[in-house]
Amino acid sequence: MSDVTRAYRRRTTGGALTTLTWLLAIGFFFPVLWMAMTAFKQENQAASDPPTWFFTPTLDQFRAVIEGGSAAYVGNSAIATGVSTVLVLLLGIPAAYALSIRPVEKVSDVLFFFISTKMLPVVAVIVPIYVVAGQLRVLDNIWTLVVLYTAMNLPIAVWMMRSFFLEVPGEVLEAASVDGAGLMRTLRSVLIPMVAPGIAATALICVIFAWNEFFFALNLTASRAATVPVLIVSTMTSEGLFLARLCAAALLASLPVILAGWIAQKQLVRGLSMGAIK
Amino acid sequence: MSTSTIDRLEGSRRAARREASARAVSRAEGWRRRGPLLPALIFTVIVTQLPFLVTIWYSLRSQNLLRPGEDLFVGLSNYVDIAVDSTFRQTAWNSVVITLGCVLVAMVLGIVLALLLDRPFFGRGVARTMLITPFLVMPVATSVLWSVAMLNPTYGLFNWALGLFGIEAVDWTSTYPIVAILMALVWQWTPFMMLLVLAGLQAQPKDVLEAASVDGAGPWRTFQSITLPHLRRYIELGVLLGIIYVVNTFDQIYLMTAGGPGTASANLPFYIYQRAFLGFDIGQAAAMGVVVVIATIIVASAALRLIFRSFEVKE
Repeated sequence: MSDVTRAYRRRTTGGALTTLTWLLAIGFFFPVLWMAMTAFKQENQAASDPPTWFFTPTLDQFRAVIEGGSAAYVGNSAIATGVSTVLVLLLGIPAAYALSIRPVEKVSDVLFFFISTKMLPVVAVIVPIYVVAGQLRVLDNIWTLVVLYTAMNLPIAVWMMRSFFLEVPGEVLEAASVDGAGLMRTLRSVLIPMVAPGIAATALICVIFAWNEFFFALNLTASRAATVPVLIVSTMTSEGLFLARLCAAALLASLPVILAGWIAQKQLVRGLSMGAIK
Repeated sequence: MSTSTIDRLEGSRRAARREASARAVSRAEGWRRRGPLLPALIFTVIVTQLPFLVTIWYSLRSQNLLRPGEDLFVGLSNYVDIAVDSTFRQTAWNSVVITLGCVLVAMVLGIVLALLLDRPFFGRGVARTMLITPFLVMPVATSVLWSVAMLNPTYGLFNWALGLFGIEAVDWTSTYPIVAILMALVWQWTPFMMLLVLAGLQAQPKDVLEAASVDGAGPWRTFQSITLPHLRRYIELGVLLGIIYVVNTFDQIYLMTAGGPGTASANLPFYIYQRAFLGFDIGQAAAMGVVVVIATIIVASAALRLIFRSFEVKE
Protein backbone atom coordinates (compact mmCIF):
# COMPACT_ATOMS: atom_id res chain seq x y z
CA MET A 1 0.00 0.00 0.00
CA SER A 2 1.49 3.31 -1.07
CA ASP A 3 1.69 6.29 1.23
CA VAL A 4 -0.82 8.13 -0.91
CA THR A 5 -3.54 5.49 -0.55
CA ARG A 6 -2.81 5.15 3.15
CA ALA A 7 -3.17 8.89 3.68
CA TYR A 8 -6.33 8.86 1.60
CA ARG A 9 -7.77 6.02 3.66
CA ARG A 10 -6.89 7.75 6.89
CA ARG A 11 -8.63 10.89 5.68
CA THR A 12 -11.82 9.07 4.73
CA THR A 13 -11.98 7.16 8.05
CA GLY A 14 -11.33 10.46 9.80
CA GLY A 15 -14.17 12.07 7.87
CA ALA A 16 -16.50 9.17 8.61
CA LEU A 17 -15.68 9.33 12.33
CA THR A 18 -16.27 13.08 12.43
CA THR A 19 -19.62 12.61 10.68
CA LEU A 20 -20.55 9.87 13.15
CA THR A 21 -19.58 12.11 16.08
CA TRP A 22 -21.77 14.91 14.80
CA LEU A 23 -24.70 12.57 14.17
CA LEU A 24 -24.46 11.28 17.74
CA ALA A 25 -24.06 14.77 19.17
CA ILE A 26 -27.14 15.96 17.29
CA GLY A 27 -29.02 12.81 18.33
CA PHE A 28 -28.27 13.35 22.00
CA PHE A 29 -29.01 17.05 21.84
CA PHE A 30 -32.18 16.66 19.80
CA PRO A 31 -34.65 15.99 22.64
CA VAL A 32 -33.54 19.25 24.29
CA LEU A 33 -33.91 21.09 20.99
CA TRP A 34 -37.35 19.55 20.53
CA MET A 35 -38.36 20.69 24.01
CA ALA A 36 -37.19 24.21 23.14
CA MET A 37 -39.02 24.14 19.78
CA THR A 38 -42.23 22.89 21.39
CA ALA A 39 -42.07 25.71 23.93
CA PHE A 40 -42.37 28.21 21.06
CA LYS A 41 -45.42 26.48 19.50
CA GLN A 42 -49.16 26.85 19.88
CA GLU A 43 -50.78 23.93 21.71
CA ASN A 44 -52.35 22.38 18.59
CA GLN A 45 -48.95 22.37 16.87
CA ALA A 46 -47.24 20.87 19.93
CA ALA A 47 -49.40 17.74 20.04
CA SER A 48 -49.84 17.11 16.34
CA ASP A 49 -49.44 13.85 14.47
CA PRO A 50 -47.27 14.00 12.34
CA PRO A 51 -45.04 16.41 14.29
CA THR A 52 -45.00 20.06 13.26
CA TRP A 53 -41.53 21.03 12.05
CA PHE A 54 -42.17 24.50 10.67
CA PHE A 55 -44.22 27.07 12.53
CA THR A 56 -44.31 30.72 13.49
CA PRO A 57 -42.69 30.93 16.94
CA THR A 58 -44.79 32.43 19.69
CA LEU A 59 -43.94 33.59 23.20
CA ASP A 60 -47.47 32.86 24.44
CA GLN A 61 -46.41 29.81 26.44
CA PHE A 62 -43.58 31.59 28.22
CA ARG A 63 -45.93 34.45 29.01
CA ALA A 64 -48.47 32.00 30.41
CA VAL A 65 -45.82 30.32 32.58
CA ILE A 66 -44.40 33.57 33.92
CA GLU A 67 -47.77 35.20 34.52
CA GLY A 68 -49.23 32.00 35.96
CA GLY A 69 -47.73 32.62 39.40
CA SER A 70 -44.36 30.98 38.98
CA ALA A 71 -42.50 33.76 40.83
CA ALA A 72 -43.13 32.26 44.27
CA TYR A 73 -41.72 28.90 43.17
CA VAL A 74 -38.64 30.51 41.63
CA GLY A 75 -38.14 32.52 44.82
CA ASN A 76 -38.32 29.36 46.95
CA SER A 77 -35.89 27.54 44.67
CA ALA A 78 -33.52 30.50 44.78
CA ILE A 79 -33.56 30.56 48.60
CA ALA A 80 -33.17 26.80 48.96
CA THR A 81 -30.35 26.69 46.41
CA GLY A 82 -28.54 29.89 47.37
CA VAL A 83 -28.64 29.62 51.15
CA SER A 84 -27.83 25.90 51.21
CA THR A 85 -24.84 26.46 48.93
CA VAL A 86 -23.48 29.24 51.15
CA LEU A 87 -23.97 27.06 54.25
CA VAL A 88 -22.25 24.12 52.54
CA LEU A 89 -19.22 26.29 51.81
CA LEU A 90 -19.15 27.78 55.33
CA LEU A 91 -19.21 24.33 56.91
CA GLY A 92 -17.31 22.45 54.22
CA ILE A 93 -14.25 24.63 53.71
CA PRO A 94 -13.04 24.51 57.35
CA ALA A 95 -13.81 20.79 57.47
CA ALA A 96 -11.80 20.16 54.29
CA TYR A 97 -8.96 22.19 55.81
CA ALA A 98 -9.00 19.96 58.88
CA LEU A 99 -8.83 16.91 56.61
CA SER A 100 -5.96 18.09 54.44
CA ILE A 101 -3.70 20.90 55.52
CA ARG A 102 -3.60 20.51 59.28
CA PRO A 103 -5.15 17.06 59.45
CA VAL A 104 -6.93 15.57 62.43
CA GLU A 105 -6.27 11.95 63.34
CA LYS A 106 -8.17 9.29 61.37
CA VAL A 107 -8.65 11.39 58.24
CA SER A 108 -9.76 8.44 56.16
CA ASP A 109 -12.38 7.40 58.71
CA VAL A 110 -13.91 10.86 58.63
CA LEU A 111 -13.84 10.93 54.82
CA PHE A 112 -15.40 7.48 54.81
CA PHE A 113 -18.16 8.71 57.10
CA PHE A 114 -18.96 11.71 54.90
CA ILE A 115 -19.11 9.72 51.69
CA SER A 116 -21.14 6.95 53.31
CA THR A 117 -23.92 9.46 54.07
CA LYS A 118 -24.21 9.98 50.30
CA MET A 119 -24.85 6.27 49.93
CA LEU A 120 -27.63 6.27 52.50
CA PRO A 121 -30.78 6.08 50.39
CA VAL A 122 -32.94 9.16 51.03
CA VAL A 123 -36.05 7.01 51.18
CA ALA A 124 -34.68 5.42 54.33
CA VAL A 125 -34.81 8.71 56.21
CA ILE A 126 -37.77 10.44 54.61
CA VAL A 127 -40.31 8.92 57.01
CA PRO A 128 -38.78 10.20 60.27
CA ILE A 129 -37.90 13.52 58.65
CA TYR A 130 -41.53 13.91 57.61
CA VAL A 131 -42.89 12.95 61.02
CA VAL A 132 -40.40 15.07 62.99
CA ALA A 133 -40.88 18.06 60.68
CA GLY A 134 -44.62 17.71 61.25
CA GLN A 135 -44.15 17.73 65.02
CA LEU A 136 -41.84 20.74 64.84
CA ARG A 137 -44.35 22.46 62.54
CA VAL A 138 -41.77 23.04 59.80
CA LEU A 139 -43.52 21.16 57.02
CA ASP A 140 -44.03 23.33 53.94
CA ASN A 141 -41.24 25.58 55.22
CA ILE A 142 -38.43 26.55 52.87
CA TRP A 143 -35.83 26.46 55.69
CA THR A 144 -36.45 22.75 56.12
CA LEU A 145 -35.30 22.28 52.52
CA VAL A 146 -32.31 24.57 53.16
CA VAL A 147 -31.15 22.31 56.01
CA LEU A 148 -31.69 19.11 54.04
CA TYR A 149 -29.98 20.40 50.90
CA THR A 150 -27.03 21.52 53.00
CA ALA A 151 -26.70 18.01 54.42
CA MET A 152 -27.15 16.52 50.95
CA ASN A 153 -24.30 18.52 49.40
CA LEU A 154 -21.91 18.85 52.34
CA PRO A 155 -20.12 15.49 51.82
CA ILE A 156 -19.47 16.30 48.15
CA ALA A 157 -18.12 19.72 49.09
CA VAL A 158 -15.82 18.31 51.79
CA TRP A 159 -14.34 15.80 49.35
CA MET A 160 -13.96 18.33 46.56
CA MET A 161 -12.48 21.09 48.69
CA ARG A 162 -10.07 18.62 50.25
CA SER A 163 -8.76 17.69 46.82
CA PHE A 164 -8.21 21.37 46.05
CA PHE A 165 -6.45 22.03 49.36
CA LEU A 166 -4.11 19.09 48.76
CA GLU A 167 -2.84 20.87 45.65
CA VAL A 168 -1.70 23.92 47.58
CA PRO A 169 2.10 23.73 47.72
CA GLY A 170 3.46 23.10 51.21
CA GLU A 171 5.96 25.99 50.96
CA VAL A 172 3.14 28.54 50.80
CA LEU A 173 1.67 27.27 54.05
CA GLU A 174 5.05 27.07 55.75
CA ALA A 175 5.71 30.67 54.77
CA ALA A 176 2.36 31.68 56.24
CA SER A 177 3.03 29.89 59.52
CA VAL A 178 6.54 31.36 59.76
CA ASP A 179 4.91 34.76 59.41
CA GLY A 180 2.82 33.80 62.43
CA ALA A 181 -0.51 33.86 60.63
CA GLY A 182 -3.28 32.12 62.57
CA LEU A 183 -5.90 29.77 61.16
CA MET A 184 -8.40 32.41 60.14
CA ARG A 185 -5.77 34.63 58.57
CA THR A 186 -4.12 31.75 56.70
CA LEU A 187 -7.52 30.69 55.41
CA ARG A 188 -8.63 34.18 54.44
CA SER A 189 -5.51 35.68 52.97
CA VAL A 190 -3.57 32.67 51.64
CA LEU A 191 -5.71 29.59 51.12
CA ILE A 192 -9.07 30.90 49.98
CA PRO A 193 -7.63 33.04 47.16
CA MET A 194 -5.51 30.09 45.97
CA VAL A 195 -8.42 27.66 45.82
CA ALA A 196 -10.99 30.17 44.55
CA PRO A 197 -11.55 28.24 41.29
CA GLY A 198 -12.12 25.13 43.39
CA ILE A 199 -14.69 26.94 45.52
CA ALA A 200 -16.47 28.03 42.35
CA ALA A 201 -16.51 24.44 41.06
CA THR A 202 -17.85 23.19 44.39
CA ALA A 203 -20.54 25.85 44.47
CA LEU A 204 -21.57 24.97 40.91
CA ILE A 205 -22.10 21.32 41.79
CA CYS A 206 -24.07 22.23 44.93
CA VAL A 207 -26.26 24.61 42.92
CA ILE A 208 -27.00 21.96 40.28
CA PHE A 209 -28.03 19.32 42.81
CA ALA A 210 -30.07 21.70 44.98
CA TRP A 211 -31.85 23.40 42.07
CA ASN A 212 -32.85 20.05 40.54
CA GLU A 213 -33.84 18.29 43.79
CA PHE A 214 -37.38 16.92 43.71
CA PHE A 215 -37.91 14.14 46.26
CA PHE A 216 -37.69 16.22 49.45
CA ALA A 217 -39.51 19.12 47.80
CA LEU A 218 -42.37 16.83 46.78
CA ASN A 219 -42.80 15.25 50.19
CA LEU A 220 -42.08 18.12 52.55
CA THR A 221 -43.69 21.11 50.82
CA ALA A 222 -47.24 21.91 49.83
CA SER A 223 -48.18 25.41 48.73
CA ARG A 224 -45.97 27.94 50.51
CA ALA A 225 -42.51 26.39 50.15
CA ALA A 226 -42.89 24.53 46.85
CA THR A 227 -39.94 24.80 44.47
CA VAL A 228 -39.61 24.88 40.67
CA PRO A 229 -39.58 21.07 40.09
CA VAL A 230 -42.84 20.86 42.05
CA LEU A 231 -44.30 23.59 39.83
CA ILE A 232 -43.49 21.57 36.72
CA VAL A 233 -45.09 18.47 38.13
CA SER A 234 -48.23 20.32 39.15
CA THR A 235 -48.38 21.86 35.66
CA MET A 236 -48.09 18.38 34.24
CA THR A 237 -50.78 16.76 36.32
CA SER A 238 -53.30 19.58 36.26
CA GLU A 239 -52.78 20.59 32.67
CA GLY A 240 -51.49 17.37 31.15
CA LEU A 241 -52.65 18.25 27.66
CA PHE A 242 -50.92 21.61 27.48
CA LEU A 243 -47.69 20.21 26.13
CA ALA A 244 -46.29 23.48 24.77
CA ARG A 245 -46.74 25.26 28.08
CA LEU A 246 -45.24 22.30 29.91
CA CYS A 247 -42.19 22.46 27.65
CA ALA A 248 -41.88 26.21 28.20
CA ALA A 249 -41.92 25.66 31.98
CA ALA A 250 -39.45 22.77 31.75
CA LEU A 251 -37.12 24.80 29.54
CA LEU A 252 -37.18 27.84 31.83
CA ALA A 253 -36.60 25.61 34.86
CA SER A 254 -33.63 23.86 33.27
CA LEU A 255 -32.04 26.91 31.71
CA PRO A 256 -30.04 28.21 34.73
CA VAL A 257 -28.28 24.90 35.24
CA ILE A 258 -27.77 24.28 31.52
CA LEU A 259 -26.10 27.67 31.10
CA ALA A 260 -23.98 27.27 34.23
CA GLY A 261 -22.88 23.82 33.10
CA TRP A 262 -22.00 25.02 29.60
CA ILE A 263 -19.86 27.81 30.98
CA ALA A 264 -18.11 25.67 33.60
CA GLN A 265 -17.58 22.41 31.68
CA LYS A 266 -14.10 21.85 33.09
CA GLN A 267 -15.15 22.28 36.72
CA LEU A 268 -18.09 19.99 36.07
CA VAL A 269 -15.87 16.93 35.55
CA ARG A 270 -13.97 17.55 38.73
CA GLY A 271 -17.12 18.21 40.70
CA LEU A 272 -18.95 15.13 39.43
CA SER A 273 -16.04 12.91 40.41
CA MET A 274 -15.92 14.67 43.81
CA GLY A 275 -12.44 15.93 43.08
CA ALA A 276 -10.95 12.61 42.02
CA ILE A 277 -10.45 13.64 38.40
CA LYS A 278 -8.74 16.90 37.64
CA MET B 1 0.92 18.22 33.06
CA SER B 2 -0.47 15.26 34.92
CA THR B 3 -4.18 15.73 35.17
CA SER B 4 -5.29 12.51 36.78
CA THR B 5 -3.93 11.08 39.99
CA ILE B 6 -2.43 12.88 42.88
CA ASP B 7 1.19 12.99 41.96
CA ARG B 8 3.06 10.24 43.75
CA LEU B 9 6.06 12.35 44.60
CA GLU B 10 3.92 15.06 46.04
CA GLY B 11 1.95 12.41 47.91
CA SER B 12 4.97 10.93 49.64
CA ARG B 13 6.29 14.36 50.52
CA ARG B 14 2.94 15.18 52.02
CA ALA B 15 2.89 11.90 53.91
CA ALA B 16 6.30 12.65 55.36
CA ARG B 17 5.15 16.10 56.38
CA ARG B 18 2.04 14.66 57.95
CA GLU B 19 4.02 12.06 59.87
CA ALA B 20 6.37 14.69 61.21
CA SER B 21 3.48 16.88 62.25
CA ALA B 22 1.54 13.97 63.76
CA ARG B 23 4.33 13.37 66.26
CA ALA B 24 4.09 16.96 67.41
CA VAL B 25 0.34 16.84 67.91
CA SER B 26 -0.40 17.48 71.55
CA ARG B 27 -3.81 17.28 73.16
CA ALA B 28 -4.50 20.98 72.78
CA GLU B 29 -3.22 20.93 69.24
CA GLY B 30 -5.46 17.95 68.57
CA TRP B 31 -8.53 19.90 69.57
CA ARG B 32 -7.37 22.94 67.65
CA ARG B 33 -7.18 20.74 64.59
CA ARG B 34 -10.55 19.15 65.21
CA GLY B 35 -12.19 22.55 65.71
CA PRO B 36 -12.76 23.42 62.05
CA LEU B 37 -14.09 19.93 61.34
CA LEU B 38 -16.62 19.71 64.14
CA PRO B 39 -19.42 21.98 62.85
CA ALA B 40 -19.67 20.04 59.57
CA LEU B 41 -19.36 16.69 61.32
CA ILE B 42 -21.96 17.44 64.00
CA PHE B 43 -24.36 18.90 61.45
CA THR B 44 -24.05 15.82 59.23
CA VAL B 45 -24.52 13.42 62.13
CA ILE B 46 -27.65 15.24 63.31
CA VAL B 47 -29.29 15.61 59.92
CA THR B 48 -28.39 12.23 58.38
CA GLN B 49 -27.74 9.76 61.20
CA LEU B 50 -30.36 10.65 63.79
CA PRO B 51 -33.26 10.22 61.33
CA PHE B 52 -31.90 6.80 60.46
CA LEU B 53 -31.89 5.76 64.12
CA VAL B 54 -35.51 6.93 64.27
CA THR B 55 -36.19 4.85 61.15
CA ILE B 56 -34.92 1.76 62.97
CA TRP B 57 -37.19 2.58 65.93
CA TYR B 58 -40.22 3.03 63.65
CA SER B 59 -39.44 -0.22 61.88
CA LEU B 60 -40.09 -2.10 65.12
CA ARG B 61 -43.50 -0.53 65.58
CA SER B 62 -46.84 -0.79 63.92
CA GLN B 63 -47.82 2.74 63.12
CA ASN B 64 -50.21 4.07 60.54
CA LEU B 65 -50.67 7.81 60.17
CA LEU B 66 -54.33 7.25 59.35
CA ARG B 67 -54.89 5.49 62.70
CA PRO B 68 -52.98 7.60 65.21
CA GLY B 69 -54.23 5.60 68.21
CA GLU B 70 -52.48 2.38 67.22
CA ASP B 71 -48.79 2.64 67.89
CA LEU B 72 -47.54 -0.68 69.17
CA PHE B 73 -44.19 -2.33 69.55
CA VAL B 74 -44.31 -5.28 67.18
CA GLY B 75 -40.70 -6.48 67.22
CA LEU B 76 -39.53 -7.87 63.94
CA SER B 77 -42.94 -8.51 62.43
CA ASN B 78 -42.52 -5.70 59.88
CA TYR B 79 -39.38 -7.48 58.67
CA VAL B 80 -41.21 -10.79 58.48
CA ASP B 81 -43.86 -9.08 56.35
CA ILE B 82 -41.18 -7.80 54.00
CA ALA B 83 -39.63 -11.24 53.70
CA VAL B 84 -42.90 -12.64 52.37
CA ASP B 85 -43.84 -9.55 50.35
CA SER B 86 -43.47 -10.52 46.70
CA THR B 87 -43.88 -6.88 45.61
CA PHE B 88 -40.86 -5.95 47.69
CA ARG B 89 -38.81 -8.65 45.95
CA GLN B 90 -40.05 -7.51 42.56
CA THR B 91 -39.24 -3.86 43.19
CA ALA B 92 -35.83 -4.84 44.57
CA TRP B 93 -35.18 -6.73 41.34
CA ASN B 94 -36.39 -3.74 39.31
CA SER B 95 -33.94 -1.56 41.24
CA VAL B 96 -31.09 -3.86 40.22
CA VAL B 97 -32.22 -4.01 36.58
CA ILE B 98 -32.71 -0.25 36.30
CA THR B 99 -29.47 0.65 38.07
CA LEU B 100 -27.17 -1.84 36.34
CA GLY B 101 -28.91 -1.46 32.98
CA CYS B 102 -28.56 2.30 33.05
CA VAL B 103 -24.99 2.38 34.34
CA LEU B 104 -23.65 -0.27 31.97
CA VAL B 105 -25.34 1.01 28.79
CA ALA B 106 -24.44 4.60 29.66
CA MET B 107 -20.84 3.56 30.27
CA VAL B 108 -20.51 1.75 26.92
CA LEU B 109 -22.04 4.71 25.08
CA GLY B 110 -19.94 7.09 27.15
CA ILE B 111 -16.72 5.29 26.18
CA VAL B 112 -17.66 5.38 22.49
CA LEU B 113 -18.51 9.09 22.64
CA ALA B 114 -15.38 9.92 24.63
CA LEU B 115 -13.18 8.12 22.07
CA LEU B 116 -14.89 10.00 19.25
CA LEU B 117 -14.45 13.31 21.05
CA ASP B 118 -10.80 12.66 21.83
CA ARG B 119 -9.84 13.26 18.17
CA PRO B 120 -9.24 16.73 16.85
CA PHE B 121 -11.97 17.88 14.44
CA PHE B 122 -13.70 21.09 13.50
CA GLY B 123 -16.27 22.21 16.06
CA ARG B 124 -15.25 19.73 18.76
CA GLY B 125 -16.14 22.12 21.58
CA VAL B 126 -19.64 22.59 20.20
CA ALA B 127 -20.19 18.84 19.82
CA ARG B 128 -18.98 18.28 23.39
CA THR B 129 -21.29 21.00 24.70
CA MET B 130 -24.25 19.43 22.88
CA LEU B 131 -23.38 16.02 24.27
CA ILE B 132 -23.20 17.10 27.93
CA THR B 133 -26.52 18.96 27.79
CA PRO B 134 -28.80 15.98 28.63
CA PHE B 135 -27.04 15.69 31.98
CA LEU B 136 -27.76 19.33 32.80
CA VAL B 137 -31.51 19.22 32.14
CA MET B 138 -33.54 19.10 35.36
CA PRO B 139 -34.52 15.42 35.91
CA VAL B 140 -38.15 16.43 36.34
CA ALA B 141 -38.01 18.16 32.94
CA THR B 142 -36.28 15.10 31.48
CA SER B 143 -39.13 12.92 32.66
CA VAL B 144 -41.73 15.24 31.13
CA LEU B 145 -39.76 15.43 27.91
CA TRP B 146 -39.45 11.67 27.53
CA SER B 147 -42.83 10.55 28.79
CA VAL B 148 -44.83 13.13 26.82
CA ALA B 149 -42.90 14.72 23.98
CA MET B 150 -40.84 11.67 22.99
CA LEU B 151 -42.77 8.54 23.93
CA ASN B 152 -46.43 9.55 23.77
CA PRO B 153 -48.21 6.93 21.62
CA THR B 154 -50.07 9.43 19.39
CA TYR B 155 -47.84 12.45 18.96
CA GLY B 156 -44.51 11.36 20.49
CA LEU B 157 -41.52 12.03 18.30
CA PHE B 158 -39.92 8.65 18.93
CA ASN B 159 -42.93 6.74 17.64
CA TRP B 160 -43.13 9.04 14.65
CA ALA B 161 -39.45 8.26 13.87
CA LEU B 162 -40.13 4.52 14.21
CA GLY B 163 -43.10 5.00 11.90
CA LEU B 164 -40.73 6.19 9.17
CA PHE B 165 -39.27 2.68 9.24
CA GLY B 166 -42.73 1.15 9.14
CA ILE B 167 -42.82 0.21 12.83
CA GLU B 168 -46.20 0.51 14.54
CA ALA B 169 -46.56 3.07 17.31
CA VAL B 170 -45.91 1.60 20.75
CA ASP B 171 -47.26 2.90 24.05
CA TRP B 172 -43.83 2.68 25.61
CA THR B 173 -44.58 3.79 29.16
CA SER B 174 -47.31 1.20 29.65
CA THR B 175 -46.12 -1.63 27.40
CA TYR B 176 -42.39 -1.52 28.15
CA PRO B 177 -42.24 0.75 31.22
CA ILE B 178 -38.75 -0.26 32.33
CA VAL B 179 -37.38 0.22 28.80
CA ALA B 180 -38.97 3.68 28.69
CA ILE B 181 -37.43 4.62 32.04
CA LEU B 182 -34.08 3.24 30.93
CA MET B 183 -34.20 5.36 27.76
CA ALA B 184 -34.60 8.54 29.79
CA LEU B 185 -31.99 7.47 32.35
CA VAL B 186 -29.39 6.34 29.82
CA TRP B 187 -29.89 9.58 27.90
CA GLN B 188 -29.25 11.54 31.09
CA TRP B 189 -26.28 9.54 32.41
CA THR B 190 -24.31 8.88 29.21
CA PRO B 191 -22.82 12.42 29.25
CA PHE B 192 -21.67 11.86 32.84
CA MET B 193 -19.79 8.70 31.87
CA MET B 194 -18.48 10.37 28.73
CA LEU B 195 -17.03 13.28 30.72
CA LEU B 196 -15.21 10.99 33.16
CA VAL B 197 -13.80 8.75 30.41
CA LEU B 198 -12.83 11.76 28.30
CA ALA B 199 -10.89 13.19 31.26
CA GLY B 200 -9.13 9.82 31.49
CA LEU B 201 -8.28 9.79 27.78
CA GLN B 202 -6.86 13.27 27.95
CA ALA B 203 -4.71 12.33 30.93
CA GLN B 204 -2.96 9.61 28.93
CA PRO B 205 0.77 10.17 28.71
CA LYS B 206 1.34 11.23 25.10
CA ASP B 207 4.89 9.83 24.91
CA VAL B 208 3.66 6.29 25.60
CA LEU B 209 1.15 6.58 22.76
CA GLU B 210 3.84 7.89 20.44
CA ALA B 211 6.20 5.08 21.41
CA ALA B 212 3.45 2.56 20.65
CA SER B 213 2.87 4.04 17.22
CA VAL B 214 6.64 4.11 16.52
CA ASP B 215 6.75 0.42 17.47
CA GLY B 216 4.14 -0.18 14.81
CA ALA B 217 1.10 -0.84 17.03
CA GLY B 218 -2.18 -0.25 15.22
CA PRO B 219 -4.98 1.81 16.74
CA TRP B 220 -6.88 -1.26 18.00
CA ARG B 221 -3.76 -2.76 19.59
CA THR B 222 -2.90 0.57 21.22
CA PHE B 223 -6.44 0.86 22.54
CA GLN B 224 -6.44 -2.65 23.99
CA SER B 225 -3.06 -2.70 25.64
CA ILE B 226 -2.50 0.93 26.61
CA THR B 227 -5.68 3.00 26.61
CA LEU B 228 -8.06 0.48 28.19
CA PRO B 229 -5.83 -0.38 31.18
CA HIS B 230 -5.24 3.33 31.72
CA LEU B 231 -8.98 4.01 31.58
CA ARG B 232 -9.81 1.29 34.08
CA ARG B 233 -9.69 3.58 37.09
CA TYR B 234 -11.93 6.12 35.40
CA ILE B 235 -14.42 3.48 34.31
CA GLU B 236 -14.55 2.01 37.81
CA LEU B 237 -15.11 5.42 39.31
CA GLY B 238 -17.85 6.22 36.78
CA VAL B 239 -19.65 2.93 37.39
CA LEU B 240 -19.43 3.38 41.16
CA LEU B 241 -20.64 6.98 41.24
CA GLY B 242 -23.30 6.11 38.66
CA ILE B 243 -24.63 3.32 40.87
CA ILE B 244 -24.74 5.60 43.93
CA TYR B 245 -26.83 8.16 42.08
CA VAL B 246 -28.97 5.93 39.85
CA VAL B 247 -30.02 3.50 42.59
CA ASN B 248 -31.90 6.40 44.20
CA THR B 249 -33.80 7.22 41.00
CA PHE B 250 -37.22 8.55 41.87
CA ASP B 251 -38.18 11.47 39.62
CA GLN B 252 -38.34 9.55 36.34
CA ILE B 253 -40.34 6.68 37.81
CA TYR B 254 -42.75 8.96 39.64
CA LEU B 255 -43.41 11.03 36.52
CA MET B 256 -43.08 8.61 33.62
CA THR B 257 -44.87 5.49 34.84
CA ALA B 258 -45.80 6.09 38.50
CA GLY B 259 -44.25 2.67 39.04
CA GLY B 260 -46.88 1.08 36.84
CA PRO B 261 -48.61 -0.65 35.36
CA GLY B 262 -49.31 -1.98 38.85
CA THR B 263 -45.84 -2.15 40.32
CA ALA B 264 -44.17 -3.41 37.13
CA SER B 265 -41.69 -0.54 36.95
CA ALA B 266 -41.44 0.54 40.60
CA ASN B 267 -38.01 0.49 42.17
CA LEU B 268 -37.39 0.38 45.91
CA PRO B 269 -37.34 4.15 46.49
CA PHE B 270 -40.67 4.48 44.70
CA TYR B 271 -42.24 1.52 46.50
CA ILE B 272 -41.17 2.81 49.91
CA TYR B 273 -42.53 6.24 48.98
CA GLN B 274 -45.85 4.62 48.06
CA ARG B 275 -46.06 2.73 51.33
CA ALA B 276 -45.19 5.78 53.39
CA PHE B 277 -47.01 8.61 51.64
CA LEU B 278 -49.90 6.89 49.89
CA GLY B 279 -50.42 3.98 52.29
CA PHE B 280 -49.28 5.91 55.41
CA ASP B 281 -47.82 2.66 56.66
CA ILE B 282 -44.89 4.06 58.62
CA GLY B 283 -43.73 0.82 60.20
CA GLN B 284 -43.54 -1.09 56.93
CA ALA B 285 -41.91 1.75 55.04
CA ALA B 286 -39.32 2.21 57.78
CA ALA B 287 -38.48 -1.50 57.84
CA MET B 288 -37.99 -1.47 54.06
CA GLY B 289 -35.75 1.55 54.46
CA VAL B 290 -33.61 -0.35 56.96
CA VAL B 291 -33.35 -3.36 54.64
CA VAL B 292 -32.32 -1.09 51.76
CA VAL B 293 -29.65 0.55 53.91
CA ILE B 294 -28.23 -2.82 54.97
CA ALA B 295 -28.07 -3.90 51.32
CA THR B 296 -26.48 -0.58 50.41
CA ILE B 297 -23.86 -0.93 53.13
CA ILE B 298 -22.84 -4.33 51.77
CA VAL B 299 -22.50 -3.02 48.20
CA ALA B 300 -21.05 0.30 49.27
CA SER B 301 -18.28 -1.04 51.48
CA ALA B 302 -16.91 -2.91 48.47
CA ALA B 303 -17.38 0.18 46.35
CA LEU B 304 -15.77 2.48 48.91
CA ARG B 305 -12.61 0.39 48.97
CA LEU B 306 -12.44 1.05 45.27
CA ILE B 307 -13.05 4.76 45.54
CA PHE B 308 -10.38 5.07 48.22
CA ARG B 309 -7.91 3.30 45.97
CA SER B 310 -8.80 5.77 43.22
CA PHE B 311 -8.32 8.74 45.46
CA GLU B 312 -5.18 7.22 47.00
CA VAL B 313 -6.31 8.19 50.46
CA LYS B 314 -3.52 6.89 52.65
CA GLU B 315 -2.44 7.43 56.17
